[in-house]
Amino acid sequence: MPTVSIGRDRLFEALGRSYTEEEFDNLCFEFGIELDDVTTEKAILRKERHIDGEVADNDEEVIYKIDIPANRYDLLCLEGIVQSLRIFIGLDPIPVYRVSEPIRKESMLKMHVKSETAKIRPYIVCAVLRGITFDEARYNSFIDLQDRLHQNICRRRTLVAIGTHDLDTIEGPFTYEALSPTDINFVPLKQEKSFRADELMKFYESDLKLKKFLHIIAESPVFPVIYDRKRTVLSLPPIINGAHSAITLKTKNVFIECTATDLTKAKIVLNTMVTMFSVYCDKKFEAEPVEVIYPDETSHIYPDLSSYNMEVPLSYITRLLGVSLEANKVAGLLNKMQLHAESHALPNGDHIFNVSVPPTRSDVLHPCDIAEDVAIAYGFNEIPRRKLPSLKPLPLNQFSDLIRTEIAMSGYTEVLTFILCSHKENFAMLNRKDDKSTAVEIGNPRSSDFEAVRTTLMPGLLKIVGQNKDHPKPIKIFEVGDIAVLDESKDVGASNRRQLAALYCGATSGFELIHGLLDRIMEVTGTPFVDPKEDTTGYYIQCSSEPEFLSGRQASIIYKGKHIGTFGIVHPEVLRNFDIPDPCSFLEICIEHFL
Amino acid sequence: MAEEAILGFLHENAEIADSGEFATQSGISHDEIVNVIKSLSAFHFVDAQDIKRDNLILTNEGRAYAAAGSPEVQLVNAIPPEGITLKELENKVGSNVFSIGRSYAMKNKWVEMDKSKVLTRKVDTVDDKVKEMLMQIQEGKVKNTEDPAFNNLKKRKLVSSQIWKGYSVKKGPKYARERRKPATDLTRDNLQRDEWKNLEFKEYNFKAKGFPVEGGHLHPLLKVRKQMQMIFLQMGFEEMPTNNYVESSFWNFDALFQPQQHPARDSHDTFFLKEPSITKILPEDYVARVKQVHEFGGYGSRGYGYDWKREEANKNLLRTHTTAVSSRMLYSLAQKPFAGQRYYSIDRVFRNEAVDRTHLAEFHQIEGLICDRGLTLGDLQGVLQDFFSRLGMSKLRFKPAYNPYTEPSMEIFGYHEGFKKWVEIGNSGMFRPEMLLPMGLPEDVRVIAWGLSLERPTMILYGIDNIRDLFGHKVDLGLIKSNPICRIGIK
Repeated sequence: MPTVSIGRDRLFEALGRSYTEEEFDNLCFEFGIELDDVTTEKAILRKERHIDGEVADNDEEVIYKIDIPANRYDLLCLEGIVQSLRIFIGLDPIPVYRVSEPIRKESMLKMHVKSETAKIRPYIVCAVLRGITFDEARYNSFIDLQDRLHQNICRRRTLVAIGTHDLDTIEGPFTYEALSPTDINFVPLKQEKSFRADELMKFYESDLKLKKFLHIIAESPVFPVIYDRKRTVLSLPPIINGAHSAITLKTKNVFIECTATDLTKAKIVLNTMVTMFSVYCDKKFEAEPVEVIYPDETSHIYPDLSSYNMEVPLSYITRLLGVSLEANKVAGLLNKMQLHAESHALPNGDHIFNVSVPPTRSDVLHPCDIAEDVAIAYGFNEIPRRKLPSLKPLPLNQFSDLIRTEIAMSGYTEVLTFILCSHKENFAMLNRKDDKSTAVEIGNPRSSDFEAVRTTLMPGLLKIVGQNKDHPKPIKIFEVGDIAVLDESKDVGASNRRQLAALYCGATSGFELIHGLLDRIMEVTGTPFVDPKEDTTGYYIQCSSEPEFLSGRQASIIYKGKHIGTFGIVHPEVLRNFDIPDPCSFLEICIEHFL
Repeated sequence: MAEEAILGFLHENAEIADSGEFATQSGISHDEIVNVIKSLSAFHFVDAQDIKRDNLILTNEGRAYAAAGSPEVQLVNAIPPEGITLKELENKVGSNVFSIGRSYAMKNKWVEMDKSKVLTRKVDTVDDKVKEMLMQIQEGKVKNTEDPAFNNLKKRKLVSSQIWKGYSVKKGPKYARERRKPATDLTRDNLQRDEWKNLEFKEYNFKAKGFPVEGGHLHPLLKVRKQMQMIFLQMGFEEMPTNNYVESSFWNFDALFQPQQHPARDSHDTFFLKEPSITKILPEDYVARVKQVHEFGGYGSRGYGYDWKREEANKNLLRTHTTAVSSRMLYSLAQKPFAGQRYYSIDRVFRNEAVDRTHLAEFHQIEGLICDRGLTLGDLQGVLQDFFSRLGMSKLRFKPAYNPYTEPSMEIFGYHEGFKKWVEIGNSGMFRPEMLLPMGLPEDVRVIAWGLSLERPTMILYGIDNIRDLFGHKVDLGLIKSNPICRIGIK
């Protein structure tokens, strides 16, 4: 993406007001360019020379570095940015670019193309800016624009090379020729003495700026060269201009030639030069034509500043944007983007826009580009956002799946047990007493297996161990599932709770292993282990006295101040009740607290 | 030492013709030589050919005579020139030598006895041939064991024959002057000492399995559930919250236009609750519309024409289907400006049924429903085609069926390519207007829905024929651990 550096004060002067950095940043953002950096000339120099620590002066000129979209060649100079922004914010009308009518056809400047140019660089387009007034800033901008065009669309001068000349130092008609290097002699720009072209190429091999362009013609037997009537060399494209016709601050009439291997890009480059700087001509937005005559006598008049016309239906624009807009509103929006548009109503209620794309907007190729400009002018961020159908997860189930996977990865095997159990399994066999405040009870059980809804996952896991006595030890199992408890706050008087239980059974109780699993669960849920005296944001454990666990070998788990479960060595009486000969440790927590 | 001797010998010589001789020559016991040959041969350092021959070995008696001489010679040598009485001689040489030696010395005519029982020599000197032969045998110098000269020794039980096993040995295909012990593993030491280049690895047994991995496992039924969820998500369905096992008869039955006398509401099929026995809160205006449509109809329906009882609707139960949740979801959808929805759930439901190989009192129901304007029976078949194709069943046909809350109702049959027959795989239908309109859904909104159990496709998938092997506390943990991944929905 090209970056253009512009003096802030000149920019604000041209825009007719000053902005805070934030205001200007917003304006750029809306328009689709980006204020990339704010710096000063001296800071740039300091950075280049790696001088740190030098204190900046307060009177240094502030430079805005602005990122430009790669297809907007008209924004590569201050003049173009200012013009686009002024039109965008409604200060200026769209300029109308004209090619002046010559007084007599014969008086038009002519460029004769010689057939040998076809061997190396076949195209040339030209124009004249008459009555231009330069000052230092304009002059610098004029040179910078050529550099940026050369860097971008001209592909480092391979496709197009620009030469600008003081017309008053040269005399038409001009010829564009291709000659043997040894036949070309001239004093190049910034030099005093005359060089033969082949010697000049050698000379430039040590020139940091120019050496990278030499390869474009170096191998060719002929070099392109432009002469005036008196055989003054205007330029040796794409390398260097002649010193004779060099423009200065005092130049009033500028002759612009663009030699090219790509005619379309040459025209865009010429139009960009002409449209950007005709603003400084006595006749604003006007350029003088030059006739280019090829060896086969075909003749072309440049520059071509006519508009490109495009027909775009209103419905195409509104459907693409998803905003319903009136035709006149759209025309106004297009004006802000330098696009003149006339609308005609269609019998079906739709409108057709005749959009005139000015020579500055070579980026506009298709009605979709028009639609985009409408959207920019309307404001991307004003477009109503339409939500497409999408799905929401159930956090509890998603979280359960994540936890299940983590526990399986910790070496535990998942089991899936029944919700229904006998009253005895849920209470007496766990050494628990039923205080009638928790369990959902079935009224019509077919057998004792279905007397109650479990209030803990414990009997299910213990039954698994009892049934798998022959399984190699240790047994490490877990279950994530729902229990149900009486709950007055619910319409039906009961609610589910999502529980996690894990059990270790081996030759030893595995108490530390179950404790370690708890720590792992806390680790994966991002819960720190805390000292309850200082911190209640994490978890800690404390002594508990639940009847299903062995006394002194059990702990209550406190998460963010709430009791969420217990772990411990299963009480030997409970083990006996479930016919388990080996010691077991068991953990159960309610995981809904983690959500 | 034996290994060094064998490999060294073969380095200089073409073969070891006889391991026995080799053992004798090298002064190493033959047993040790044989062990080394076996080991070298297994690693193809040498080729060994079995040699077998009958060998004579000395009996204990033979060994004694080889050392002390034969009894007859001992006896003769004990006779002084003047002769000796038998009694004296017996005392002198011992009774064994005396009795055996006397008979052989007599037979050899080496001695004679006068009438006074005095024994005198008939010859001056005797050669102890027996001792000589015994010693030859003892030293392994006897090759031809068939020689009749030995018959006498055999008869006298001084020698016996034994099968002798040994080897003849040549260089094998992997012969080397020195054998390195093959490595069983690449170790850190090997790497650090740079020994790995010269390592010869012991041949790996590719018929044995590797070491079992340690790690946890997910339950097969829940692995299938995960894939089912993926399919629903891919089809744009959102999960319904189903974490409420306790439900009122109202949401489970009445809201679904299931009449209060319907057999499914019988206590033989449904778990009713002792605690909490009844639901206290229901949306009263909606209850009134449900009562109305049951009793007198409306919305174009004649209704069931019976006396609808609130007490029946209040009775709590364990939900018999997840459609109880669907009815709550549709009702809440109807309370907002209408927007189409696709819902699914996979969760536990309860039936008060007899338990057998294929039925449990609780199982998982998979349910999908689409609520939108203008849905048709074609849409239902289309979505079922899509859904079941993803499960691997693309040949479907539909049987008209009865379901109190859907009309039309279709049982879904799929052609099982493995079983080569049509199997019932689910139930489906469009919810009745008598269910949807009292909720307040717009008149052109239709709901298409289907359901199936999670257990049945899982049992088919994993070839399990007893549901209790899959689910509950009677499962074998080994089965859970060895269970493969579920690939449903990824083809």
